Amino acid sequence: MWRDTVLVAGKDLRIEARSKVALSQVAPFGIVALVLFAFALGPDRGLMAKGAPGLFWVAVLFCTVLAVQRSVSVESADGARDGLRLSGLDPAGLFLGKSAAVAAQLVVLEAVLAGGVILLYGAKVEVPWLIVVSCLLGTVGLAATGTLYGALSAGIRVRETLLPFLLLPIAAPVLLAGTRIWQAAMAGGTASDGSPWLRLLVVFDAVYVALGIVVYGPIQESA
Amino acid sequence: MIPSRNVHAPPAQSPRARWAVGIIGITAVAATALTVWLGLWVTPPDQSQGDLVRLVYIHPGVAWVALYLAFALAAVSSLLFLWTRTRSMFWDRLAAASVEVGVVFNVCTLISGSIWGKPTWGVWWAWDARLTSTAVLLVLFLGYLALRRVPAEPDVRAKRSAFVALFAAVDIPIVHFSVLWWRTLHQGATVLNPNLSPTIHGSMAWTLLLGFVAVTLVFVWMLLVRYRIGVLEDYLGTGELDVALRERQAEGAVTDEEEAA
Repeated sequence: MWRDTVLVAGKDLRIEARSKVALSQVAPFGIVALVLFAFALGPDRGLMAKGAPGLFWVAVLFCTVLAVQRSVSVESADGARDGLRLSGLDPAGLFLGKSAAVAAQLVVLEAVLAGGVILLYGAKVEVPWLIVVSCLLGTVGLAATGTLYGALSAGIRVRETLLPFLLLPIAAPVLLAGTRIWQAAMAGGTASDGSPWLRLLVVFDAVYVALGIVVYGPIQESA
Repeated sequence: MIPSRNVHAPPAQSPRARWAVGIIGITAVAATALTVWLGLWVTPPDQSQGDLVRLVYIHPGVAWVALYLAFALAAVSSLLFLWTRTRSMFWDRLAAASVEVGVVFNVCTLISGSIWGKPTWGVWWAWDARLTSTAVLLVLFLGYLALRRVPAEPDVRAKRSAFVALFAAVDIPIVHFSVLWWRTLHQGATVLNPNLSPTIHGSMAWTLLLGFVAVTLVFVWMLLVRYRIGVLEDYLGTGELDVALRERQAEGAVTDEEEAA
């Protein structure tokens, strides 16, 4: 399973390294979203800094949808999906590999967006490690749910419009928890302020990663 | 010869089933009428909430159906469909019917809650934990229905929908706790409070209880009717293909005869 995970993740990341879709399209889109949020809120820096945690996570969610769409469309051409299915790779490994590739791209995006939030909105972070941990945990959950819904919607022609509708409400707890942890980190709170939310993220991750490992095979057969 | 539309007769509903649906429907109407009469005319207004309290005879019942009954039924039927040993289109149709009727009850919950919230809290909508969970549940349900509308083979559609229902079902408790920590304003449970002793008495308690029964009966009746519609829809879907095939075959037969002549 682990060998297949590495193989699939390596494949997806190599495709990204050569096509640079996430780097040249998704990351700039995230920056555009941050700029638009600033226009919507007005030039008041205090308001922007206050809204920074939530806006960061909303931008991350939008980028997740794009990254997942890309991850699915990589397999949609030339019958690549059937190729993967016939390759004899472990479905659990396939799920973990695709999720890991999406997660790796999301982590880079989050670093860019976090930099943008700090620079553009003047958000001051007192406890940086809390933000790093919350981003990593949130990313695992987003990548796992995104990969699951991506596989489910793979064969559907109206995928582009259906996927965000299905995925974004499911990811709502990540947005809530991530925002609260950011707020705690900005207020200079201790880890205990964010710890129920960190636990919530851990539960979310564990549930969807476990579910993905179990049901990814059957999903592939039905799509 | 033009083939008739009814290649196969639609799957018949047994007389007993039709009878049962009819009885449930009539009972539901009677129970609802009784609840309305008791709720609007017989019970007294509340000391603090006045006539507003009359919404309590409908709103909790509708919410119980929307948030627990319909949702649990959809989750369990989807799981039973995914379980290969119990896989049957019965569970798929039951889940679909339960979600569709559940959405109606969910919207009714939000509307009746808003009507109560405006005079009590002063706002139509508050970002309270229960309201927010209800809204998220509604959006998840709507996503499920949107997925079902995507044209697909019945068994593919059934599998996809069951997976989406499963993912949503495991999300609901997480959403519930996250918004609970996020915000809480809604008044505590009145009937099902932890020590299980209702905090209202007399005719009001009975009317409230009757409201639960009436709304549940309405739900069951709608569910059964929607299930039957699902059966007929599937019949039409496959039946149309049969009709089209026969028409093409009939055309072939005509040209053969012409050639022979």
